[in-house]
Amino acid sequence: MGAVLVSFFEWFGELGLFSRRLAHAIFLPPYEWRELVRQLDAIGSKSLPLVAMAGAATGVVLSLQTRDSLTRFGAKSMLPAVIIFSLVKESGPIITALVVSGRVGAGIGAELGSMRVTEQIDAMEVSAVDPYKFLAATRVIACITMLPLLTLAANFCGVIMGWLSTTLAQPVSLRYFLENGLKHVTFDDFLPPTFKTAVFGLIIGLVASFQGMRTKGGTEGVGRSATSAVVLCSLFVILADVLLVRLILVLFP
Amino acid sequence: MKKATQSTPPPESPIVIEDLRKSFGAQKVLNGIDLVVAGSETLAVLGRSGTGKSVLLKLMVGLQKQDSGSLRVLGQEIAKLDRDALNEVRKKIGFLFQSAALYDSLSVEENVAFPLARHTKMSESERKSRARELLSAVGMERDVDKLPSEISGGMQKRVGLARALALDPEILLFDEPTAGLDPITAAEIGKLILEQKQKRNITSVVVTHEIRSAKIFADRFVLMNEGKILADGAFDELRKSRNKFVADFLREAA
Repeated sequence: MGAVLVSFFEWFGELGLFSRRLAHAIFLPPYEWRELVRQLDAIGSKSLPLVAMAGAATGVVLSLQTRDSLTRFGAKSMLPAVIIFSLVKESGPIITALVVSGRVGAGIGAELGSMRVTEQIDAMEVSAVDPYKFLAATRVIACITMLPLLTLAANFCGVIMGWLSTTLAQPVSLRYFLENGLKHVTFDDFLPPTFKTAVFGLIIGLVASFQGMRTKGGTEGVGRSATSAVVLCSLFVILADVLLVRLILVLFP
Repeated sequence: MKKATQSTPPPESPIVIEDLRKSFGAQKVLNGIDLVVAGSETLAVLGRSGTGKSVLLKLMVGLQKQDSGSLRVLGQEIAKLDRDALNEVRKKIGFLFQSAALYDSLSVEENVAFPLARHTKMSESERKSRARELLSAVGMERDVDKLPSEISGGMQKRVGLARALALDPEILLFDEPTAGLDPITAAEIGKLILEQKQKRNITSVVVTHEIRSAKIFADRFVLMNEGKILADGAFDELRKSRNKFVADFLREAA
């Protein structure tokens, strides 16, 4: 029990040191623009299909589920508003973050992990290139930038599929659906939850890079890093969400 | 009089090691190493696997830190340098890893151009032609666009050597350059190291357990066991050693 506790605090301590070195790498020149663009593509564009599909599925499920409950309470006309509200405020951001935790978290954990065990990270360091700058900083920045954009995509697909699924049950025009749904949505409902995903991006990039770069123990270690990256990213995203939702409620009443 | 002697300090050898110690837990990997590598000398560090030879190389480039003792490379105490100063020294050192450690997402040519892009003001086309020049020096000019996973282990070592030479280093460090290669390829790599040495006048340290290929290029040998240097000298001097371990090692490996 004592040993578990010690390694728990050790992990946070090391993460703190890692973050400090990473902050240096992010803000001090030179900047690795080309690698950043490559990561924006690998983390952003290549996650798009998966995120879009997850968003679309969420839209359908929301439509199916809420139709039933709203009909029971005699508030069926609120259906578009409920779908759009729910997507924009919570389902879109968290689904996006969890899907990206899985895809990108595992990717970064495994890639940096195998670079560590095959001495590629040492080779980079020996050639006087900072691996924190070249590998970790670019991935973290890409995650921070891409998560809000991916969330927008998930929201969009969710709304469209939510409408489609609604109109299949009871025909309603897209225009009516959007007008009715967006009538009550303000920027305060939309912007804070979308931008909070930048924090999720930071968590995913940071934790996955950290797990990858501290990999030990050959191929098996790479597997462990990929798994632990996904588990820890998802866990911290959910925990951070609790705090952020509370914070947003305080800041944007 | 006094002033004159102070103003002309004797030029120090590129690598000077004094009473170097390093332990991992209870295991003493380096247990008081004294070693001087002279300019443009090629030193082979022999010893059984897992006797701290690789650790010695990693200390020289600051990938690890010693517990005590002094290690000066190009006049700088490596363990005491901050990151920027350490990087300045690292730019003057080429390192060939045991696994070659090529960046597996980059092509052969991009691997060699990687340090050039970061530490020189060359344009992209200059980098490209410099990378090709280095690659043809190691006989890899035909495979510039391949990925590291598409070439053999011996070829990876060649590319690793080209990458290590990219910044015209003053010191080259080799970690088991011929391990895991067939005897013919190992001899080829050995000849390549000799060629580069003759052409460039670089100081080299080669960690290896294969005497046969080390004999091709090394001027001087040291034999390490249990964290200590047991023998030091030219190959023929080593052969005359009365130490039982030295004699056994040379007999088994030759």
